[in-house]
Amino acid sequence: MGLKAPYVTNYLTQHFADDAFGHVDGYVARGGYEAARQAITRMAPEETAILVKDAGLQGRGGAGFAAGLKWTFMPRGGDKPKYLVCNADESEPGSFKDRLLMERGPHQLLEGILIAAWATGAEKTFIYIRGEYAFAAQQLQRAIDEAYSRGYLGNRVMGTALSHDAVLVRGAGAYICGEETGLLESLEGKKGQPRKKPPFPAQYGAFGMPTTVNNVETFSHVPHIIKHGKEWFRSLGTEKSPGTTIFGVSGHVVRPGLYELPLGTKLDEIIFEHAGGVPDGRKVKGVIPGGMSMPILPAGQLDVPMANEFLRERKSMLGTGGIIVMDETTCMVRAGCVISYFFRDESCGQCTQCREGTGWMNKILQRIERGAGTREDLDVLLDVAGKMEGATICAFSDAAAWPVQGLLRHFRDDFEAHVREKKCPFPASFEL
Amino acid sequence: MSAAAEPKDLSKESLSRIEREMEKFPQKRGALLAALHIAQEEHGWISPPLAKTLAALFEIAPIEVMEVVSFYNMYYDRPQGRHHVYVCTNLPCSLRGARGMLRALESHLGVRAGETTPDGRVTLGHEECLGACAYAPMLRVGEIYHENLDVDQAKRLVDALE
Ligand SMILES: Cc1cc2nc3c(=O)[nH]c(=O)nc-3n(C[C@H](O)[C@H](O)[C@H](O)COP(=O)(O)O)c2cc1C
Ligand code: SF4
Ligand code: FES
Repeated sequence: MGLKAPYVTNYLTQHFADDAFGHVDGYVARGGYEAARQAITRMAPEETAILVKDAGLQGRGGAGFAAGLKWTFMPRGGDKPKYLVCNADESEPGSFKDRLLMERGPHQLLEGILIAAWATGAEKTFIYIRGEYAFAAQQLQRAIDEAYSRGYLGNRVMGTALSHDAVLVRGAGAYICGEETGLLESLEGKKGQPRKKPPFPAQYGAFGMPTTVNNVETFSHVPHIIKHGKEWFRSLGTEKSPGTTIFGVSGHVVRPGLYELPLGTKLDEIIFEHAGGVPDGRKVKGVIPGGMSMPILPAGQLDVPMANEFLRERKSMLGTGGIIVMDETTCMVRAGCVISYFFRDESCGQCTQCREGTGWMNKILQRIERGAGTREDLDVLLDVAGKMEGATICAFSDAAAWPVQGLLRHFRDDFEAHVREKKCPFPASFEL
Repeated sequence: MSAAAEPKDLSKESLSRIEREMEKFPQKRGALLAALHIAQEEHGWISPPLAKTLAALFEIAPIEVMEVVSFYNMYYDRPQGRHHVYVCTNLPCSLRGARGMLRALESHLGVRAGETTPDGRVTLGHEECLGACAYAPMLRVGEIYHENLDVDQAKRLVDALE
């Protein structure tokens, strides 16, 4: 039931075809835990954080914040316990890379966590995994147990000055727990409703203690940066977005799956060369480049390098690197219905704009799809989406507005055709 | 479904598992999600009396337990079928026929999504993205993922559930 190695591998996934790599002996035999030993025994904590910052590692959980820089926000010293949180909630539709990293490379993740613990002075890591990932949780718990029994976790890790604990925590099905402060609330045994910021987690995080939250993939890159250096890391990817990432390709392609490629790889190369293009000679209509929260790109804009600095020019973002391909049969109003239903369902309800806005958008989109929409409905949609942006406790509300804005920006014709013909003019589209 | 008695107590084993979970957190409340998973493993759902038992363990009000139960999709505040069959209907899966598969299962089982078969065997449902988007359509039966399905395979899968 687990995932196989990706179609294209690089340093993160190069050993993923090998079952032994998921176990402590196999991991150590392939040089595992040497990077952690090197950092802890030869580098000061600050130096470790600065190396990762200078390597330019951007968070891979969706927002792209500089990882090493975030580590330097943690207070030095002090008598409060400090924590790390590994965000393994992966629930962004179109994303399934963290699942792979946990199922096939759990020790690589734990080693990244150890290095981050050294850099930040954290005594414990809570790995918060979405409740549905039962198999990944099983692999990770086994790896944690192995690491304890072999001295890679616990007191004086590998005989060094670092002591560190790791605890696996299972979520229970709520997209909003991926937002880092929703996650912190959930860790405390509460409803996962995001917190107002400031204070930021580095000051007031899990159980009120200084906390750094990073994504599974972000941690997994770290041992490689320590081992091979910042110049090596910067030699991959683009100047502003170094390293590889694991792109997930889903929807209408011949070879849906995972592909580890340098950031900045062109979107059309990923879709057509790696994933085999659209089946049966059909054409692409639109592509969501970075998980469902990110605005769609039309077929004419797929020559974009997959890195934030380029995607932003086209009013989209890298997000989680989850690429969702839609072929020429696809009704973009139906796509909007599915997307807006998800956000309506998952809003935590604290902010009026988000709670009401997600409901309104879904209602209007369904009306248009049924053929009962008006031209004014299109303006109302844009108006509601505009009001949902930038005014709420967390970025969920923006993430709900962006895809709808993207659909109207590039596929307004689809919407107008529904209004004009008073029905859905795409009978061959996917079933709603 | 026949009105089974509302579960109230936790087995010794569940209690000691919950205690071990509490030790992992600086405040025991952190273990509430784990405790609910454990209680549900034993009883299948979280009844009001069971919520009261948990509330006493965590030294919080029963309503606080029920708030958490209702916030998360994976906890149930009413009795469930012996098996949960959830079809993912988010966009990547829908693009590859997930909704047709869900409909086929609805008519095959004679229930709508969200309902339980009269014999209490299967609760059918749909779910948001389960992180299997490239292997669509897919469904999960309890904790087990079944990926790359077609309608016939999906029907055979549910037929094989006891
Ligand atoms: C609505 C919402 C959902 C999110 N879901 C996730 C998630 O499932 N996994 C994740 O790593 N980050 C998620 N994030 C981003 C986190 O808030 C946070 O930025 C991230 O975990 C930080 O790690 P990174 O800097 O290593 O990427 C989400 C953010 C928002 C606003
Ligand atoms: S923006 Fe939406 S999800 Fe985020 S806190 Fe407000 S209501 Fe909750
Ligand atoms: S959309 Fe179905 S698993 Fe992601």
